Amino acid sequence: MVTTLTVNGTSHQIDLPGDVPLLWVLRDAIGLTGTKYGCGVAACGACTVHIDGQAVRSCQVALGDVSGDITTIEGIGTPDAMAAIQDAWVTHQVAQCGFCQSGQIMMAAALLAQNPSPDDREIDETMSGNLCRCGTYPRIRAAIHTAAEQLRKA
Amino acid sequence: MSRIKTIARRTFLITSAAIVGGVAFGTYKYQQDAPNPLTAGKGEAALNPFVFIDQSGVTLIAPRAEMGQGVYTTWAALIAEELDVELADIRVLHGPPAKAYFNSAAMQDVLPGKGYDMSGFMHSLSQVIGGAGKFFDLQVTGGSTSMRDGFDRMRVAGATARETLKQAAAERLGVERASLSTKGGQVIAPDGTAITYSDLAEAAALIDPPKVTLRDPSQWRILGRTQPRVDMVAKVTGTAKYAIDTRVDGMRFATLRINPKLGGAMNSFDASEAEKMPGVDRVIDLGTGIAVVASNTWLAIQAAEAVEIDWGDAPYPPDTDGIFARIDKAFDSDANSAMRDDGDADTLPEGATLIEANYRAPFLAHATMEPMNAAAFYTGDALEVWAGNQSPTFTQAACAKAAGLENEAVRLHTPVMGGGFGRRVETDFSVYATRVAVAMKGIPVQVTWTREEDMRHDFYRSGALARFRGAVKDGKAVLMDGQISAARTTQQAVNRLAGMSPGGPDKGQVDGAFNQPYAIPNYRIRGYLADLEVPVGFWRSVSASFNGFFHDTFLDEMAHAAGRDPLEFRLELMREEHPASAGTLEAVREMSGWTGKTPDGVGRGVGYTYSFGTPVAQVIEVIDTADGIRINKAWIACDVGLALDPGNIEAQMIGGMIYGLSAACFGEITFYEGEVEQFNFPDYDVLRMHNTPVTEVRVLEANKYMGGVGEPGTPPAMPALGNALFDLTGTRARELPLSKTFDFVL
Ligand code: FES
Ligand code: FES
Repeated sequence: MVTTLTVNGTSHQIDLPGDVPLLWVLRDAIGLTGTKYGCGVAACGACTVHIDGQAVRSCQVALGDVSGDITTIEGIGTPDAMAAIQDAWVTHQVAQCGFCQSGQIMMAAALLAQNPSPDDREIDETMSGNLCRCGTYPRIRAAIHTAAEQLRKA
Repeated sequence: MSRIKTIARRTFLITSAAIVGGVAFGTYKYQQDAPNPLTAGKGEAALNPFVFIDQSGVTLIAPRAEMGQGVYTTWAALIAEELDVELADIRVLHGPPAKAYFNSAAMQDVLPGKGYDMSGFMHSLSQVIGGAGKFFDLQVTGGSTSMRDGFDRMRVAGATARETLKQAAAERLGVERASLSTKGGQVIAPDGTAITYSDLAEAAALIDPPKVTLRDPSQWRILGRTQPRVDMVAKVTGTAKYAIDTRVDGMRFATLRINPKLGGAMNSFDASEAEKMPGVDRVIDLGTGIAVVASNTWLAIQAAEAVEIDWGDAPYPPDTDGIFARIDKAFDSDANSAMRDDGDADTLPEGATLIEANYRAPFLAHATMEPMNAAAFYTGDALEVWAGNQSPTFTQAACAKAAGLENEAVRLHTPVMGGGFGRRVETDFSVYATRVAVAMKGIPVQVTWTREEDMRHDFYRSGALARFRGAVKDGKAVLMDGQISAARTTQQAVNRLAGMSPGGPDKGQVDGAFNQPYAIPNYRIRGYLADLEVPVGFWRSVSASFNGFFHDTFLDEMAHAAGRDPLEFRLELMREEHPASAGTLEAVREMSGWTGKTPDGVGRGVGYTYSFGTPVAQVIEVIDTADGIRINKAWIACDVGLALDPGNIEAQMIGGMIYGLSAACFGEITFYEGEVEQFNFPDYDVLRMHNTPVTEVRVLEANKYMGGVGEPGTPPAMPALGNALFDLTGTRARELPLSKTFDFVL
């Protein structure tokens, strides 16, 4: 079965069964490996992407159920033209192993799109589903505040 | 990865006649140099095994793996400092497996002695013995050794390269080398003429390198200051490639299911349903399990679950109680070690109060964020492997053996890792990928483990038991006698890697207990090794991860029995013994405003452990809330001797503490019918942003020698939390995880 997906503004024809989770479509069929597999059961947040601006766990969304445009970490900025939120991550030197960070950034980006000045409690609430085994949480929180500030100025 | 591919391919393929300007020299001498594994092409110079210069600039071929600990950045900084290039202008690639990259620091811990009391003589002796690592092919990233290992070698590498490039420029310009200077990747002549290093590379490769002296730290521009990580931009843009992201033309995707009764056989399997499922290419018999190769990882996972398998039994007691009974039984046999035996620990000093306590720590999984995986491509006479591993020489050899090839026929790529914590020292995931690739000859295959497979097939931190006896008199500790029993971690792990197991006392098993700098007159620590086939391995801070809890919790109990403030009690015992350690306690006392008193609803505890050359003290504050106990604040002070990158050290200390707190609160692997009962993060919870404390770190530099930073933050977190909970509730938990005794905010 062929499904058409729009990812980061590009349309893709996907020939996979409709129950394959979006995560594995992105990673294995399209080759967008910035979105990570961490648990497969909605317990870690490493696979977070946006569908029409909403943060979703791509390991839980079946290909056949996707309706809307998908944005992945590769779609929000590039090494030469980073998004403000990625800049903030660099400013605070957040990443250690980095494996959770695509998901952290996508989650935080969705938060900031809805709430331009979240306080610590709101940040904690939104981000508590995103694990980081390296323990970068304090810097993530600081980076979200910085990104919020930059976005408000822009 | 394409550059290292090109460099490495040249190493494999180019005959000596075609090599122009390849030269190795400098920094890794131990009697005789190991051959330079990098060979330069035309217009390039592999100035030594670490520095490669060509038309596009300077590349550090890092022999240590980047697991998140920042080693790429700090090693690049060590070279940049002497080579006079900007940190941002150095590319970092992981080097191929090679003898020249042996880890000199990993062998240093073979010496007896407690570490903190190392004399100058012992220090140099251990530096020399460190050279023996070469003979064991010890290209291992672990033991928090990277900075200790690289500190001199990388600076010498940079300085040697610089002076050789200057010599090349001197010859070209007809001037004295001494009249030249270097800046920004260029050699500069007195008249202002500037020649880029790239321009000089080929000529430099023909020059015998001059002797160098290292710059005095007072001249440093880069070292000692927080540096932006060289891998940061890639990691925040999703462009950093981990092994799990390996994609090559024609690649197929696989997963595996290995016997969950660890080490047991596979009696039979029926793959007839699985083979009919969509996208499935093949089901492969791995002997102790199966792999499914498909067009998509998820389709492979579905099919793997559909394979009917009859598993054989595990070679260890089937449940947690039986396993711990074995650990307990080891106390009945002779001690494996008594690494500390001061005074008379058998006799209770007269007039002293006796204290006794037993402790228990569970098995733990590593749960790296990136599950185990590797990709491999087998052509019949060569093998290419992509594996995030902490031990390239061992991994290469294990894969070669699995494929029936010579080591030289295996090209191993070591991408950045989504966490290591000791798990990626093992070669199992690389070998499985190799075996799948051999079965799929001519087709590159990525073998990704599910999180469940990863959590249930770990080399666990061993469960451990401890029996402590101690005595206090006049407010002071006068006796401490600790016995610790756990599985044979070092023997198991070294046996798996090197095919031999070291006999004799296992110093690592009692690390974090025998080597604590307390002046207790009667002081004995004995280790007992349990015969147990549960696979165990190195877990961030190894045995210090349980010994820190046992030893320091017991000290806290002694302090309370003596009616003393627990921080002052420790401080008094260590002030003379190791002033740098005392400095860390004084620092957290000041940072936290420690008074020894806390208001109702607030508890504070102190924890201290010396491990991997670095003393670390932590104060943790817990508060009672309507939703449970919250870990509210933490203060950490460490003394690393010399802080090359303070910002990175801070990150490692906080990360290490959080890793320890996650384990202390929730971490536990249990067994039932031979199988691990935990599958995924919902059964093996860890701290998240909302229950992580606000933390402040102070990095001290009073210690005589440089210590590690990746692991020492972990051990003291567990006792500090337990001690804080005691302060809050009056309940002393002697067993981890603490969630068995307390309700935390979830
Ligand atoms: S992989 Fe989707 S939440 Fe963990
Ligand atoms: S940076 Fe390693 S898991 Fe978050």
